[in-house]
Amino acid sequence: MSPDGAQDTAQQPLLTVENVSKKFGGILALSQVSLDVFPGEIIGIIGPNGSGKTTFVNAITGFVKPDAGKVTFKGKDITSQEPHKIADLGLTRTFQVMRPYYSLPAYKNLIVPLFSPRARRTGGWRGGGKMGSRDTVAVDILEEIGFERDSYVPYKVASSLPTGYLKRLELARCLALRPDLIICDEVFSGLSMSEMASMVPLIEKLQMEGMTLIMVEHRLRELFRLANRVMVLNFGCKIAEGTAQEVMEQSDVKEAYFGSEEVYEYV
Amino acid sequence: MDILIYGIINSVSLALMALGFTLVYGVSRLPNFAHGALYVLTGYMTWLFMNRLGLNYPLSILLSLVASACIGAAMYYFILVRVRGMPISEIIASYAIGLAILEGLRWGGLKGATFVLPPFIQGSTELFGVSVDFHRLVVVAAGIVLVAALWLFVNGTKIGLALKGMAQDERAALTLGIDSDRMAVIAMALGSMLAGLAALVLLPLGTIVVEAGYNVLIMAVAVCIVGGLGSWTGAVLASFLIGFAQILTVAYLGTHFQVVVALMAIIFTLIWRPSGLFGWQKELEERV
Amino acid sequence: MSVETRRKERIDRGIKVRSDGVYAISSWREMSYLMVPRLVFILGLLVLPLAFYYLPYWQRVISIICIYALLAISFDFLANYVGLVSLGGGFYVGVGAYIAALCNTKLGLSPLLTIPLSTVVGGAICTVLFLPCLPLRGVYFAIVSLMYPLLAARVIEALDIFGGTDGIFGVDPLPSGWVEQYILIVSVLLFAFGMRRIVDEDVGLVFRGVKDNDQAVKASGVNITTYKALGVFIASTMGCLGGACLVHIYMWAGLSQFALDFSIIPIAATVVGGGGTLIGPVIGSMILVPISELLRDFGTLRIAVYAVILTLFIVFKSEGIMNYATRKYEQFERWVEI
Repeated sequence: MSPDGAQDTAQQPLLTVENVSKKFGGILALSQVSLDVFPGEIIGIIGPNGSGKTTFVNAITGFVKPDAGKVTFKGKDITSQEPHKIADLGLTRTFQVMRPYYSLPAYKNLIVPLFSPRARRTGGWRGGGKMGSRDTVAVDILEEIGFERDSYVPYKVASSLPTGYLKRLELARCLALRPDLIICDEVFSGLSMSEMASMVPLIEKLQMEGMTLIMVEHRLRELFRLANRVMVLNFGCKIAEGTAQEVMEQSDVKEAYFGSEEVYEYV
Repeated sequence: MDILIYGIINSVSLALMALGFTLVYGVSRLPNFAHGALYVLTGYMTWLFMNRLGLNYPLSILLSLVASACIGAAMYYFILVRVRGMPISEIIASYAIGLAILEGLRWGGLKGATFVLPPFIQGSTELFGVSVDFHRLVVVAAGIVLVAALWLFVNGTKIGLALKGMAQDERAALTLGIDSDRMAVIAMALGSMLAGLAALVLLPLGTIVVEAGYNVLIMAVAVCIVGGLGSWTGAVLASFLIGFAQILTVAYLGTHFQVVVALMAIIFTLIWRPSGLFGWQKELEERV
Repeated sequence: MSVETRRKERIDRGIKVRSDGVYAISSWREMSYLMVPRLVFILGLLVLPLAFYYLPYWQRVISIICIYALLAISFDFLANYVGLVSLGGGFYVGVGAYIAALCNTKLGLSPLLTIPLSTVVGGAICTVLFLPCLPLRGVYFAIVSLMYPLLAARVIEALDIFGGTDGIFGVDPLPSGWVEQYILIVSVLLFAFGMRRIVDEDVGLVFRGVKDNDQAVKASGVNITTYKALGVFIASTMGCLGGACLVHIYMWAGLSQFALDFSIIPIAATVVGGGGTLIGPVIGSMILVPISELLRDFGTLRIAVYAVILTLFIVFKSEGIMNYATRKYEQFERWVEI
């Protein structure tokens, strides 16, 4: 656990989620969930399938309008804002179901974020949004994130890339925007052991560079290595929050989540 | 009073036009834009059977219904099944088939006012002081019977339940041993038959013209969109909504605006609530 | 045994990598592989009116082909690069046609002024009218766009504005047949190659992103409605240009300019010619419109014929002529020295 991201109550939270609720039909997908995220932290969100993790992410990023509650980012109220406006403020996300721009080469996928208003205004990752040749910067970003330039991986059409690369491409698409907070929706799932092994240091490096991350994960071992704090959701309710050890100790977490044997294998 | 009575008749007619379209879309997610063409085609076939082959009325009705079911099934089996899952190609292909049928009919001589089907019962009666043709009452009765029969079929028979299963979740239905393509063929055949039935019930009120095909398509689409694509109760409720709106506009603005109402209804519903007033699809979509 | 000093190689080998903007083309020979088909196409179109010099009727057909080609390019662009399938191409034509006719008859502007004016103004009007439906996706947008031309025609009919069902008569013709044809041919070429250029630029990539995955575009902080509106503007501009020219060719604006022909033939042309190529639609209309002219005596049979061709292509050969031809052309082999 890296020490620098520890909670500092004097510091202003980057993102504040207050009592967010969301109903789908008769089902309560989220009930009064609150969360504070401080700059430089990595927050893990775990929970069984269908516990509302993705809905929580959608509610923060504007893809779902919450029924009640408030979301504040950098002091601005972003509740029920359009997703592109939230992204423009510097809060972006990856998607659980990867859908790159299939018809384009991998590096061209990054042109959209590099060409976005935010990147053109602030420069984006390594100033790529402002420079004349966005293509070169796009390839640089991809190389940095593990696309081997020598074997032309960045130039390959996205639809021909394997899952591991697509997951990283999702992350690269977020990075190109140079956001302040990235929400990663299951970037580890579907990766092989070696791909995961290269992903962990990548995320550590991002944190060192001052990026704040929220990670929704099923892979607990990797997540607990990275996360400063963990929040546990079950049936749309927050049942625990704290460091990995603290969360593990709680009896209702064990009951709701760790009760199943298969999960023990991961931990 | 006549607004109420004619409103009900008009609404039931709309429901009749839309049932087949909803059925096919509900089961196989296939917007059958050839719906209007099948409607006109069935009417024309009945006319042919009666006047060219000299068959009697009930027999020609039966024959043309069977024929339209076969045409619908063949259309799915030979053409549409190849573009399944590509919504745009489905629309374009079915629309093109419909166009080919309609314009082919027009070229083949379906023009003018010579093509008339006789009403089932001649004469008219007075209802609360409003004069109503017997045939219009037949329309209402047919509409009610058809909706009830369809409901019983879907909830009471094995095939009906399979169709319902497909409508709710195609993949889950597949794992339960329901052959989705076969069901879609059946739905398509049923839907075409419903279009034909609607034609046979409604066409005796006017003449068989090609334009009816386009109008029926617009009305069916309007009803289905306003009611929520694939939702049956929605379709019935929406046909009453649009039906009365149309009768009111005819009464206060003039006949020209009848179709305008339907078109505006489509556009406004899609903009305001794309899932339709009674639909549930948007909610599902948002969850993904 | 003699040593083999040459081998066969596909002609697109080498070109594919270099033409991606990474390397320069190395030899005249390779450049000609790229240039020749394009030059044949461009020069062919430019020479067409001269070739039909003694057949004035077919010169008129060339203009009609170009109008449909513009509409088809607009459909192709919207459908395959922005992801909005617009079945209502007739709406753009109608709007362009009525604006041009009104400007010409009411304001007395010359055709050379009304055409650019109605192109831009019409594009703006169409964009504003389509603005509310832009959030719709796929099937829903297709249905609404199909309703627009129908609605416009019914509204004009019901309100009896702009000449009602009779239309607007007495529109001035273009100065000469040559002007008419070359305005259209040049704009087809400009739009076809211009659009091909745009879709590979950064802006174009955003369009394509909107088509492939609009959620990811939103998450990148880009307002997709802006881009969809821009896409509709570009597409409706082409449609309105076609409509404006049509009005000056027929010297009449009427409800038939919202008609089905303008919605269905461009779609057929795109499907036949090859969607996503932007040149294919032009080729498609060069095939379909003459067929239509030959079938003119058979009345509505031509629409039926189109519909059948469209169905067959979409079901059995959905890639279209252009994609097929490109693939085959690139598979040609040539000898290279080792």
